[in-house]
This record gives sequence, structure tokens and C-alpha cells, in this order.
Amino acid sequence: MITATDLYLYRKRRLVNMASLTLSMLATLFGLLWLAWLLWTLVTQGIQYVNWDLFTQTTPPPGESGGLSNAIAGSLILIVLGVIIGAPIGIFAGTYLSEFGRGTRFAAIVRFVSDVLLSSPSIILGVFVYQVVVIHMGHFSAYAGGLALALIVLPIVLRTTEDMLRLVPDRMREAAAALGAPRWKVIVSIVYRAARSGILTGILLAVARVSGETAPLLFTALNNQFSSTNLSQPIANLPVVIFQFAMSPYDDWQHLAWAGALLITFGILLLNIIVRVFLPEPERQR
Amino acid sequence: MSEQFITSIPSVSPRNHNHVTWFDSLFAGAAWFAAATVLIVIGAILFVLIQGALPALYKFGPGFISSAHWNPVTENFGARVPIYGTLITSMLAMLIAMPVSFGIALFITELCPRWLKRPIGIAVELLAAIPSIIYGMWGLFVFAPLFADHAQPWITEHFGTLPIVGVLFTGPPLGIGLFTASLILAIMVIPFISAIMRDVFEATPRVLKESAYGLGSTTWEVVRHVVLPYTKIGVIGGVMVGLGRALGETMAVTFVIGNAHKLSNSLFMPGNTISSTLANEFTEAVNPIYTSSLISLGLILFLISFIVLAVARALLLRLQANEGLST
Repeated sequence: MITATDLYLYRKRRLVNMASLTLSMLATLFGLLWLAWLLWTLVTQGIQYVNWDLFTQTTPPPGESGGLSNAIAGSLILIVLGVIIGAPIGIFAGTYLSEFGRGTRFAAIVRFVSDVLLSSPSIILGVFVYQVVVIHMGHFSAYAGGLALALIVLPIVLRTTEDMLRLVPDRMREAAAALGAPRWKVIVSIVYRAARSGILTGILLAVARVSGETAPLLFTALNNQFSSTNLSQPIANLPVVIFQFAMSPYDDWQHLAWAGALLITFGILLLNIIVRVFLPEPERQR
Repeated sequence: MSEQFITSIPSVSPRNHNHVTWFDSLFAGAAWFAAATVLIVIGAILFVLIQGALPALYKFGPGFISSAHWNPVTENFGARVPIYGTLITSMLAMLIAMPVSFGIALFITELCPRWLKRPIGIAVELLAAIPSIIYGMWGLFVFAPLFADHAQPWITEHFGTLPIVGVLFTGPPLGIGLFTASLILAIMVIPFISAIMRDVFEATPRVLKESAYGLGSTTWEVVRHVVLPYTKIGVIGGVMVGLGRALGETMAVTFVIGNAHKLSNSLFMPGNTISSTLANEFTEAVNPIYTSSLISLGLILFLISFIVLAVARALLLRLQANEGLST
């Protein structure tokens, strides 16, 4: 028999359910709203200043027209440096965790520390590299910037490499070993080959992550008004240029900052979407 | 094919075998060394920070943490204002981000139609991919003026007069300040927290949820009484990861916090965080004690976020060990 209290309870439960589910939908909308708003702002503020000059002219003094060519080139150089230094170490370290150190305490500690390093404040990495490299060289340099970025690339690549190598079935390793292949050969020609696109995913994600990093470059690569390919000198790079130009009182500079922000954001989003759509999904880094 | 195998057999002659083991141990050694590099890096960071911080810590003593002075001219430094700013903005950010992330995770795992799961998941993750400097520009040039013109006067008028908490909402409508910084931090950490919550929610065994549904539970009751208790360690871990991120976030905060070395009770007033102080002043610091004080701030930030992140990791690892979550 259904009493009035039962009915009341039932209604109340339904109501609570509806309310919480509605709230959860609103929360999702709330999250997506910011994404849409941010992108909308970038497009409306930046698109009018994206033109050919942006890619061919160097950063101007206030009041003159110019582009961001030196900053774009510098950013690419820094990213390449960061990946060249960080990715091999990350891949090797990931290889160790997956192939040699499985289940050991040392591997567990390395994995733990790497995860912490990945989420630790990037500005600290800038301070660290400043103290270690910049002070000893006596000036800011592209090397220092690349090194700071490498410290971010390393844990990302390590994590994805380990995850992707673990996905390779042990049967394949055993089959190769049974054919007499030495261990390094098993790893290089069997495991790496099977996990190739996964490792690439890790590197691309690392590139996406470091290309917008500003804080570690402030004290390391700094900035340069001119085109420079000298790696031991300060080098222009998009994030720091955007920061300085956006904070400046000059309209021209602010316009360039918005154009740069548009470039960098859509570059990064494109990279992220490519990685997610075309390559296997690795464990998300946290 | 068979020919290949035959030709490969001679390579396992004893001499070559020695060569092979030699290269094998070289390879293993290189891999070990790469893994050890991670530990060396963390150790070096800690060492360098402590070394750089020593002069300031020696000069100011433990009072460095509690002193609210920050005067480059008289060379008198204290960490109270930036530490306060860092903690307040992060806490407030978590207050906003936690319920929203929970809602998103709930939506993705329980409500969302299957075909929409991936697009929404990706969209939220893209929020995490946008560089923090972009959030900063947007916050300073788009959000702050709107907030100052339309929301802030209203909030100050209606909440500023409340007893006790009212003081939090007083002050001129600047748009920038502790509250704006917190809100932007919240938006930035939502993707991290919701991604972890989603993953741990999805790791709840289907049988448990279906039994609860079978008993007549509503979706909310299943989440509240089955999923949440089952995954609470992971949820806390996710929140801690978000907190760790918020503590160290630099560029976005630098744009909107106002960079004032002042303690104020109102959330609408400018302040400073450890990371924004570093970003603004590190290259300008000319005398050694100034630099050393800034590095001391960095050391404090590193220690706080290291502890928070380590606890987060430990919680997530425990969940993984206990409940077989494959992350």
C-alpha cells in the first residue's frame, strides 16, 4: 500500500535527482562557456591583425608597424631545443620504467617524482635554470630557455612512453627473445616499433604544452627585439613577446600581442586535436 | 623468410654474444641513467633553491615567513603577503572548481549520451591546453572590465554590508584583484580535476552501480551513495592535483592580481602571489639579498606544491593499488 509519506519521499527523491542532474548539466555548460568565450575573444581581437607582415617582419619599436617573425622563429628554435634535450631522456627513462625496472622500488620512485615534476610550478624551473645556467654564462640565452622547456618535456614524454610501451604485449617481446634477439634489439626493433605512434603522441603533447609556456622563459631566454639564431644569446619567443606587448601601453604592441595569442592558441589546439583524433590515446597526464 | 632466420643464426656465436651482452648492458645502463636523471633534477632544484635562499633566510630568520614587509629600497623582505595571496587565491579557486568539476564528471559518466562523451571530454581537456598567458590576457582585457562595470558594484552593494563577511566584498570596482585571479585559476584547474574525477568514476565496477539501480535508486543516489564512497580517495587526489596546479600558476595570475604588496581583507583588492612576485621582480632584483629573498619565496612555493602534489599522487596510487584502477 502506498501511503502519503511514501509518495512524498518518492517525489522528494525524484526532485533531488532532477535538481542534481540539472546542476551537473549547468556545470558542464559553465565549463564549456569559458572555452567558447576565450576562443571568441581571441578570434575577434586577433584575426584583424593576422596578415602577411606578421610572419615576415620583426617585432617593431612602439609606434611602428611590424610583425612577429623573430618571435615565431625563436619559439620554434626553443621548442626544438627543448625536445632535443628532453625527449631522448624521457624516452630512455620511460623505457627503463617499462622494460627494465618493472615492479622495482626505484622505478616507482622515479615515476612518482616525474609526476610531481610535471605538475610543479613552471616558474620554479625558470628560477632553477637561471641560477644554474644564466648566472654562470653571465647572460640570458636560448640554451637556457631550451633547457627550461626540456625539464617540462622530460616528464611528459617519460609518462607517455612508459604507458605506450606497457601496451605492447609481452608475447611479442618473448617471441623476439626466442629468436635470439638481444634485449636492446627486442626493445628497439620490436617494442619501439609497435609503440611508435604512441611515443610520437607523447612528444607532440609535450610540444603543445611547452609552446605556450611563458614563466620558465622569462628568466632564461628573455627576449630579443631582433632576429637571432645565436643560441648563446637571448632569443625572442612568442610567449614572452605576448606578455611584454600585452602589458605595454602602446596600441600597436597590444594588437600584435592579440595576433600572437591567436596564433599560439590555435596552433596548440590544432596539435591537441590532431593528437587526439589521429593517434592512440595515451594515459592522460596529470 | 626462412633464409633470413638461417643467416641470423651465426650471429649467436660466442664472440658476438659477448659483444651483444656488452651492448645490452650499455643500453640498460643508459636507460637507468635517464630514469635517474629525473631524481637528479628534483634533487638539483631543491639544492639550488636552498642554496639561493640561504642568505635571505639567514638574514631574516624564521620571521621571513610572517613579516609583511617588502621593501627593496630598505632591503627588508618578508613573505607574508605573497604566501597569503597564494593560499587565498588557491583555496577560493578550489571552492569554485570542485563543485563544477564534480558536475562535469557526473555529466560525462552518468548523463551524457555516448556519442557526446568524447567531444565534451576533448573540449574540457582543450581548456587545459590553452596557455596560461592567454587566460591572463583575457582576464585583464575582457573579463576584468566587464566584471568591474557590471558585477562588482552590485556585489559590493548587496554583500558588502553584511556583518563579518561583508568586508570581503568591499573596495573600489577595479576588476582585477584576488577574486578575479581566483576565478581564472578555477577555470584553469577545472579540466584537471574533472578529468581525474571522470576516470575514477568510470572505474567504479558496473555491478555495484547496477545493483543500486536495481534496488530502485535514482542516478543521484547511485552517485552519492555508491560511486562517491567507492572513489573518494581518487576524488580527493584529483582535487589535490588541482590545488597543486593552482598554487604554482604564474602568468594568468600575474596579469590579473594587481601586484600590490599589501594585505587587504577584501577579495576585490589587488594582492600578490608567490609566483606573480617572482614573475614581476626576479629579473629586476639587483642586489643579492633581494634575489635571495625571491628565491626563498620560490623555495616556499616549491615545498608547498611538492607536498600537495606528493599527497595527491600517493592518494591516487593507493586507489590504484586497492581497487585496480588502470591509471
